[in-house]
Amino acid sequence: MIENAIPITIEQDPVQNGSVVVKMVHLRKSFENNHVLRDINLVINKGENLVILGKSGTGKTVLIQCIVGLVDCDNGSLSIFGTDISELSEKELIETRKKIGFLFQSGALYDSMSVRENLQFPLRRQQHSIPKEKMNSLIKEALENVGLSKAIDKTPAELSGGMRKRLGLARTLILKPEIMLYDEPTTGLDPITSKEISKLILEVQQKYNTTSVIITHDMECARLTADRIVVIKDGMCEAEGSFDELKNSTDAWIRSFFE
Amino acid sequence: MEPKIRIRSITREKIEEDFLASVFGKFFIEVSSLAFFTLRFFKEVLKPPYEFNELMKQSFLVGYKSFPLVGITGFIVGLVFTIQSRPTLVKFGAVSMLPAMVAISLIREIGPVITALIFAGKVGSGIGAELASMKVTEQIDAMQVSGTNPFKFLVVTRVLAATMMLPLLAVLADALGLLGSFVGVNLRGHVSASFFFLQVFQSLNFSDLFPAIVKTFFFGFAVGMIGCYKGYYANTGTEGVGKAANSAVVFASLLVFLLDMIAVQITSLYQY
Repeated sequence: MIENAIPITIEQDPVQNGSVVVKMVHLRKSFENNHVLRDINLVINKGENLVILGKSGTGKTVLIQCIVGLVDCDNGSLSIFGTDISELSEKELIETRKKIGFLFQSGALYDSMSVRENLQFPLRRQQHSIPKEKMNSLIKEALENVGLSKAIDKTPAELSGGMRKRLGLARTLILKPEIMLYDEPTTGLDPITSKEISKLILEVQQKYNTTSVIITHDMECARLTADRIVVIKDGMCEAEGSFDELKNSTDAWIRSFFE
Repeated sequence: MEPKIRIRSITREKIEEDFLASVFGKFFIEVSSLAFFTLRFFKEVLKPPYEFNELMKQSFLVGYKSFPLVGITGFIVGLVFTIQSRPTLVKFGAVSMLPAMVAISLIREIGPVITALIFAGKVGSGIGAELASMKVTEQIDAMQVSGTNPFKFLVVTRVLAATMMLPLLAVLADALGLLGSFVGVNLRGHVSASFFFLQVFQSLNFSDLFPAIVKTFFFGFAVGMIGCYKGYYANTGTEGVGKAANSAVVFASLLVFLLDMIAVQITSLYQY
């Protein structure tokens, strides 16, 4: 059952006027006999916070991994900034990835590096000739944005779960991405830290005008951050709407997420 | 009763057939996968940008950090080998041949192989575990997302560092092995250092040293490549990290012996 679904037609394609940054049409992905994404049709508009809900194992993470090119889709088309990513060369894909930030569920911090080096790494890779002073000021700014200024010389092992998430966010934000993908940003955190992370996601969106895709099972995070929510069931977009619309849905299964 | 026997017989054959297909299938998949991984290494190693800083860092970690372990092992091997060989040579009245025998054995065979095995245990398992844990904790994906080629950054640098460092470590192990041998000789008698090392160098030819050093490049490459391959394609989960480290040591050690056997066959073709 699809509620308030956005119809995607060529005639009304919003990519043309630049308001859509990601567009998926009949997207499919299988791992051997496990059909994870069966038929995903979804558009993500510029500057919006889109929350993706769904039971575990329904392909939410695979969906955002497809967006960033970590996983190749089997069928259908996936356009980012109006370009089908299957048509991109390796070099072009790397350039596209530079516009996308990905906050991993585990933080994916480089254990062998300090907090400072974790932030230096993506900067050095993408801006080879960046002066040291500029790099230091960007690192300082990124850490201040997430409230981690005092942890600059610590190693990831010395940080708490919430701090690791914030450092992961700082490492992603330092490159000023246009699209931010959050994979369960509040998982494993206490309610207070979860709320802090949710507020941080909102602040980031407002400060840098990023488009955000947030995968979460945390309803408080969804309530705080979502402009629009998409519910995925059996590899397809089952429902779509605002937090309140879906909370008051006539479908008991969708309502069960909010109870 | 007859149909029952027939069913049992067919079932057993089927199981054996499936088992063989599964074992050989897995073996060939593994070998072809490793071959593609190696080909990718050669493709990436020539392509810019080059990761010089990471290569230097890995060379330090792989080479310099292995110096104490390899040095101590080399010294002990030289010492023990001398002590163990002495009684037999005394029996044949050939004790004066001891420095020459130890030198040739150490330089040609024992030094490179023992160093490579120690290297496989320390460096191969370390690389396997490190890359596997990076994979499990999504660090490799994070690198890819940030616009870095993780294969070039992680695999190419480690394999090159292992290939370059093992020959240096083998030379160190040989040198300390000879020192250990000198100590071993002097435990039961008195031989001056100048006489001992004169005997050693008189017994050695360039054809002893050159193939021994050349094969250590291949040993280093094999250890680095197997460690990276096992780590890079590790199964997710902490169990995958342990398995990657373990299988990296096992396969790298096996490959060292295999390569040594091939190297000995090749060198024996033109030596005798």
